[in-house]
Amino acid sequence: MTPLFIAQIVLTLFVFVMLLNSAAAMVYVERKVAALLQQRLGPYLVGPKGLLQPIADVIKLMFKEELRPKAADAFLFALAPIIAATCAFAAFAVVPFGADTTLFGWLPSSMRLQVAEVNVAVLVVFAIASMSVYGIVLAGWSSNSKYSLLGGLRASAQMISYELSYGLALASVLLIGNSLSLREMVDGQAGTWFGIIPRWFLFLQPLGFVIYLTAGIAETNRAPFDFPEAEQELVAGYHTEYSSMSFAMFFLAEYINMVTVSAVATDLFLGGWHGPFLPESLGWIWFLLKVSAILFFYVWMRWTLPRYRYDQLMAFGWKVLLPLAVVNLLVTAAGVLYFAA
Amino acid sequence: MTLFYLFAAVAVLASLLVIGQRNPIYSVLLLIASFGALSGLYVLLDAPFVAVIQIVVYAGAIMVLFLFVVMLLNAPQEDTEYDERVHPLLRPGPMRFGAALAIGLLVELVWALTRGTDTGGFPDGSVSSVAAIGQSLFTDYAFPFEVTSILILVAMVGAVVLARREGPR
Repeated sequence: MTPLFIAQIVLTLFVFVMLLNSAAAMVYVERKVAALLQQRLGPYLVGPKGLLQPIADVIKLMFKEELRPKAADAFLFALAPIIAATCAFAAFAVVPFGADTTLFGWLPSSMRLQVAEVNVAVLVVFAIASMSVYGIVLAGWSSNSKYSLLGGLRASAQMISYELSYGLALASVLLIGNSLSLREMVDGQAGTWFGIIPRWFLFLQPLGFVIYLTAGIAETNRAPFDFPEAEQELVAGYHTEYSSMSFAMFFLAEYINMVTVSAVATDLFLGGWHGPFLPESLGWIWFLLKVSAILFFYVWMRWTLPRYRYDQLMAFGWKVLLPLAVVNLLVTAAGVLYFAA
Repeated sequence: MTLFYLFAAVAVLASLLVIGQRNPIYSVLLLIASFGALSGLYVLLDAPFVAVIQIVVYAGAIMVLFLFVVMLLNAPQEDTEYDERVHPLLRPGPMRFGAALAIGLLVELVWALTRGTDTGGFPDGSVSSVAAIGQSLFTDYAFPFEVTSILILVAMVGAVVLARREGPR
């Protein structure tokens, strides 16, 4: 048991707990921002400024009765929320969130601020994101209710459609960074151009960034693409029949997926933990700031834009986003060939 | 070695259970489990890229489509037009053909397994590096690669032709 090994275990547990906390924080931020955008107050009774509201919500959910429809498929009904939550947590394992650190000299050698370094990290995130759709689809099917089934079907159709654009946007930024490892991608964005503009891939891939964020919203089933749970038409979509903690697990998965998509976007497009003013060892502060900015953008979008119609969503995915992503990839590939030669 | 046997057992068991299921949804899920175990085997072979692609393409994309179709048809039970208790070889035409194919596959498998262990493996490190895979895919194997893409294009055109509505709009 070397100190480095213990530090790695502590780091893993830390990331797990922080992901849980981030979901709770995002619930609060979502409600507060929504309230402010609608000129309401939002939660303000529990704790100072309503800060303890998420904890109250969790306690309430824990004491609710766990219900299951009589005609539901018991095994899959129980399995679905587990798949959703597991995939959400697993994806963050390969995301680096800071430069190597020795924890202010406590450790004999430096440690990576990342649970696991994989040389195909980007693909791992993509693979786990594509697995998370099973949680939603199975929840929809196993509930044996028409609203749930429609939600599940919509989720699978939507995720297939947007995964292509998502993957192509990733591919074009990977061409520029010339690596599949998130850590190497971040290292490729250190420094500045002309001393003022940071070398973020955002400036080389503006279209790729927009496509990534749009497809990311669709992948995480957020408004304006929240068809799998469109409450005006489908009650609550795939999780209509879920209650208590199994419902909480879907909720948790949705917010953690948001955090992961934002963290990957930060690593790929916004230079990760590189930023001015702060020393390298405090780079994680920049990382947190950038992720928070993208998360705020998510919440902002949700409460600003109305939901599309379903056929509009499909047409937009296949006829606008996908051709744009293909053209972006071709132009990027040509550019990389031209400038590398 | 323990991990190898674990993944291999899961892959074989899940694949066998796929054909033993009455409910097509469970078949699809077991097939996903089998793909997951295969992906684990690839990781043990030091080929993380192939392992992840296995998950992305097969478990992630293709099986979602399978699940989508099964759910859309919403067929909880397999429809059988023949008597369940009759031996597969004595069932009507297509069944007999399927059984013959299965026997052929079994014979082939036994033959392949008893043929020894010389598999003509790849040189060291060639499957673990994404760059090496890309290099050989676009030089040594460029022709099969391009032919496969044309095959997929043909399938796509076929699907479009089949799905197109005839007559005035």
